[in-house]
Amino acid sequence: MPDLLSLYRTMVRIRAFEDAAEISSQGGVAAWGKQASDKPALVRGPLHLSTGQEAVAAGVCAHLKPADLLTSTHRGHGHTLAKGADATKMMCELFGRATGYNGGKGGSMHIADFSVGMLGANGVVAAGLPIAVGAAQGLKIRGQDAIAVCFFGDGAINRGPFMEALNWAVVYHLPVLFVCEDNRISATTESAAMTAGPGASARASSMGIAAVQVDGTDAQAVSEAAAELIREIRAGSGPRLLHALTDRHKGHVSVDPGLYRDPAAVAAALARDGIARARARLVEQGLGAQADQVDQAAKAEIDAAVATATAAPPPDKAAAYTDIQNTGAGVWA
Amino acid sequence: MDADPTVVALGEDLGRGGVFGQYRDAEGVPLVKRFGPDRIIDTPISESTIVGAAVGMALAGIKPVVELRVVDFALCAIDEVVNQAAKNRYMFGGQGRVPTVMRMPIGIWSASAAQHSQSLEAWFAHIPGLVVVTPGTPADNHGLLLSAIASGDPVVYMEHKELWPTTGPVTLGEAVPLGKARVARAGSDVTIVSWSRQVQACLDAAEQLAAQGVQAEVIDLRTLWPWDKEAVLNSAAKTGRLLVVHEAIQVAGFGGEIAATVAEHTHAKVARLGAPRIPVGYAPVLEEEARVGPAKVLAAALKLLQR
Ligand SMILES: Cc1ncc(C[n+]2csc(CCOP(=O)(O)OP(=O)(O)O)c2C)c(N)n1
Repeated sequence: MPDLLSLYRTMVRIRAFEDAAEISSQGGVAAWGKQASDKPALVRGPLHLSTGQEAVAAGVCAHLKPADLLTSTHRGHGHTLAKGADATKMMCELFGRATGYNGGKGGSMHIADFSVGMLGANGVVAAGLPIAVGAAQGLKIRGQDAIAVCFFGDGAINRGPFMEALNWAVVYHLPVLFVCEDNRISATTESAAMTAGPGASARASSMGIAAVQVDGTDAQAVSEAAAELIREIRAGSGPRLLHALTDRHKGHVSVDPGLYRDPAAVAAALARDGIARARARLVEQGLGAQADQVDQAAKAEIDAAVATATAAPPPDKAAAYTDIQNTGAGVWA
Repeated sequence: MDADPTVVALGEDLGRGGVFGQYRDAEGVPLVKRFGPDRIIDTPISESTIVGAAVGMALAGIKPVVELRVVDFALCAIDEVVNQAAKNRYMFGGQGRVPTVMRMPIGIWSASAAQHSQSLEAWFAHIPGLVVVTPGTPADNHGLLLSAIASGDPVVYMEHKELWPTTGPVTLGEAVPLGKARVARAGSDVTIVSWSRQVQACLDAAEQLAAQGVQAEVIDLRTLWPWDKEAVLNSAAKTGRLLVVHEAIQVAGFGGEIAATVAEHTHAKVARLGAPRIPVGYAPVLEEEARVGPAKVLAAALKLLQR
């Protein structure tokens, strides 16, 4: 079982990354009631921050190996970092640089590191679920000893691919863990008003998928629940679902101040922040100095990532015409 | 599938051999008997996940051949085709490859009406990241399928339903390259370009033109993307007249792309022939209205010759 300090390290790195990305996204165009500024935004376009949800990524990914495959959502920075991606290459991608993971072609919404099995964030809600079951099926067909994990939001469970993917995973008895990051809001809409029944875990149970609900702001609780589910999956149980109740601290995208939200609910979310609670627990255990070190190291790492990304070159115009498809060669190239 | 253990097929009804029998061997035995249910995969009616899962399989090292039965149902998986499969390689900076062949039969299927008869090839030709294949003969079907599976990127593979019963010589293992047209009939007076089922209608019309002393050159494009510009431009420059024929609706179709390209590069007179912008009706008279048969091709060619 990963110790609290290592879960804390993952969470703090994600938070530092999200904070830096948020600052880098300020400026440029007018949006969500904010004025345009002269300062160009270094991170452009929609930036969906996972601030507040770090415990889910940290707790689940602590139990994954590089060979395990992962699909994500539009809010995928945390998952990518927790799966083992390099923060600098990620920041370069957010900055649209040639040195980013996708050569600047994807940006935040398509952050990915295939070398550690992170098969991509996705701009289409629920699209990662079918891809994850296919990845699990591919692993099974090839006889590989690995599993697939799929993160998705509570809003995604109202799209057809959610139902299709869960059914599919049962039918083919696939090694896949579905992880619902239930922050109870979808873009600007409270999910409860849009969702019949109690949500992801209940729907999974109705299809015979064992599902566990957990406090998704408590990294240790997530880690313990994920450990057991992943152990069962590796032992051949078929699909499992983890329903993590968590909090989105910020607006839907970085330029969204989230003014539509109930201030009391936001205050309550901030008060149960998983990072602050983990830190308090570490201090209680006499590990305050180590926590300080983790904080400083994360800040240094992410500051360096921003500096590298700022100085990095943009892609060549010619890259716009590469990595599209074979047109006629007829062979894998 | 014999040559490459990573090739699998998935879709509805594959265990029974496919609704058109396209997953049976020459003796009519379903391929699942030979390759087993891990490689000939029967799926739920879940088009989004059939294609989405194929993308995931491909990312995990498999080469899936996806069966969507008719292109009309592929629309239930349009996100997975257009936003997932076609974009993966580019969006992730070349990290991912999606070697997937998506079979989406096109064309009028007698008395099957508006939701089973569409020819939507232009939609897919419009999308960067997709190869679009439209075979017109059994040999091309075999050879182009081999190239499609080998290509390493998403291929939309569109067979015409009315071509399923066609028989003809096939050399096993002989690949046909993507993007190379076939001169189905040589001629000097007018160029007729087509693909898939309509090539036969054009050949029939060309026979009737020949009886009137007009030699038509009929070009079978074989693939719409990439398409063999060189072959078409050379022929149009030679004959001075180009007619594009497709079963798809004429407006905003791929014929417009070919006509415009030829107009941009040659002095040839150009014309298009496709279906009127109507859904395919059930009653024979309605269905016939949407069909582009030899008589319509002949009339369009004669009109072009008079210009
Ligand atoms: C198919 C589709 N419909 C709508 C959108 C627009 N959209 C982007 S994120 C989002 C909300 C998703 O909510 P949820 O799944 O709960 O994830 P969260 O944003 O809360 O992390 C919506 C509606 C989209 N990207 N894709």
